[in-house]
Amino acid sequence: MKAVNVNHMNYLEGMEVTDSDIMEKVLALVKKYDYRQYKSNDVKRALMKDQLTIEDYGAILSPIAMPYLEEMASKATTETKKHFGNSVFLFTPLYISNFCENHCIYCGFNCKNKIKRGILSFAEIEEELKEVARTGLKEILILTGESRHKSGVEYICEAVRLAAKYFSTVGIEIYPLNTDEYAFIKDSGADFVSVYQETYNTDKYEQVHLRGPKKIFPYRFNSQERALAGGVRGVAFGALLGLDDFRKDAFAVGLHACFIQQKYPHAEISFSTPRLRPYINNEKNSPHDVHEKQLLQVMLAYRLFMPFAGITISTRERAGFRDNVIGMVATKISAGVCVGVGGHKEDEKGDEQFEISDSRSVREVHQMILNRGLQPVYTDYIRV
Amino acid sequence: MSEKLIIGEHEFQSRFILGSGKFSLELTNAVIENGGAEIVTLALRRANLDGQENILDYIPKGITLLPNTSGARNAEEAVRIARLAREISCGDFIKLEVIHDSKYLMPDNYETIKATEILAKEGFIVMPYIYPDLNVARSLESAGAASVMPLGAPIGSNKGLCTKDFIQILIDEIHLPIIVDAGIGRPSQACEAMEMGIDAIMCNTAVATATDVALMSKAFKLAIEAGRAAYLAGLGRVLNYRAEASSPLTDFLEA
Repeated sequence: MKAVNVNHMNYLEGMEVTDSDIMEKVLALVKKYDYRQYKSNDVKRALMKDQLTIEDYGAILSPIAMPYLEEMASKATTETKKHFGNSVFLFTPLYISNFCENHCIYCGFNCKNKIKRGILSFAEIEEELKEVARTGLKEILILTGESRHKSGVEYICEAVRLAAKYFSTVGIEIYPLNTDEYAFIKDSGADFVSVYQETYNTDKYEQVHLRGPKKIFPYRFNSQERALAGGVRGVAFGALLGLDDFRKDAFAVGLHACFIQQKYPHAEISFSTPRLRPYINNEKNSPHDVHEKQLLQVMLAYRLFMPFAGITISTRERAGFRDNVIGMVATKISAGVCVGVGGHKEDEKGDEQFEISDSRSVREVHQMILNRGLQPVYTDYIRV
Repeated sequence: MSEKLIIGEHEFQSRFILGSGKFSLELTNAVIENGGAEIVTLALRRANLDGQENILDYIPKGITLLPNTSGARNAEEAVRIARLAREISCGDFIKLEVIHDSKYLMPDNYETIKATEILAKEGFIVMPYIYPDLNVARSLESAGAASVMPLGAPIGSNKGLCTKDFIQILIDEIHLPIIVDAGIGRPSQACEAMEMGIDAIMCNTAVATATDVALMSKAFKLAIEAGRAAYLAGLGRVLNYRAEASSPLTDFLEA
């Protein structure tokens, strides 16, 4: 499934075609979304409501909503408490391979980058899992680069089976699969699937994904539907904020998740909010830059639009930001994180995808959660 | 009228069933004591057996555990979770929750009836969480449920007794304890429900989202007791629109 000089909107051979109108609906609404049209009153009205419409969601994501951040944070805190109490869920990612067949210009793992590549053997995976389990964590997210050749579905399934021995909750963040492959992954013990669309602007998507199967926009877009059809319990959504116009991308992420939840009411929905960091004091600062204020606005908008959804905060953000968003808007936080391949038990076998900004251990994050009057939760799932 | 709450063959003095999971574990004891609760629910999926922050380690001895099946999307999953609860010695009580709606967390009444039939036969004391529907409650009664737990409003909404009139029908027609399970947001609403003749109140969010969790637990205890006393005392009548000294419509009757 190589993709060089192919139309990024057409499926490649071997890619399952999903019969769904969600992509068309999302793309049409995003195209129409003009965040400059909103007035302060639209934001105020949205903030008075229990249940936000798509229009309201557009309003609170607009630049005119920026002065209402404090009010949004207050409402978000109430909603987060109503749905999650003071619980903060803990997990850690485990990278088992960083081989990649895609050339995505923004990513450290891309196939043109000369980095140290590595893939863990099953024995090495098990050692890593045991080491992570010793910290008390019960939830793990298994990650790979996007290479069907180096880290195939069979390999990932075996890694998931091993993970399920030590963890009550196993999620995967890997390349998109067909429904039968998702079912295979689910039967192996993974119930949660994360696939981030990076950007919902299809032209931009094409420009930044130069080659590899990831170039195919609709196959990636419909991953959550295939995963749910394969029987997984929960799916995560996200855009790489800052890659394109982050307001439009965040708007699209919310709609994507909302339409999936309407079609699959049982699906557990969650969001992640990775961003490209703007350069500080750069002359070429753009209105599309995602500083902490903008990032928080997006997170708050997700919370207010879908108050029941989980929101994960990763170690890409600094401790001071992470500590303040849990309880208010984020419900899940990573701890004891290594973003190289392996690295919990043995030295890393491959280089990192990005640099982390918070290297605190599980124990330290646990204590921080307690200090904030919140409760660290290690398990919230039984596989039955 | 017995002044004890009887569920299955078990008797309780307290009519306040406390939910857990939404407030810090170290407050569990204070919340239970202040609320005088004898029954505490716990989500089995939260039980971190032999692990950190295991809620089971925080519930004092002598308290009746009411494990719930949260996370179950259908009858089959609920039955499996209930059996698991029994295996880890959580007792025979089971609060049956079958939900396959992640947005509103509305109970699936149909799957709930199916699970109740199976679990009651296996000797569980089944307390199903339902949307208040008379036909469903009747089916649950014949399936062997030990109580019915209608929602007052969506879980976590703190909106109170939105379903009041339908709950009243259950009180009037169903011969099992009726326990309002979700939506109660403040003590006055708990009191109002108890005045109607509800047998017990279950709540979590309203306590967990208070500034002083333990004190709010006490406020609920008092409100529930007041409402119960008012129900037993028999509420005075409330005249609709005016005081009536004479009987203009029946004056014509001969003595």
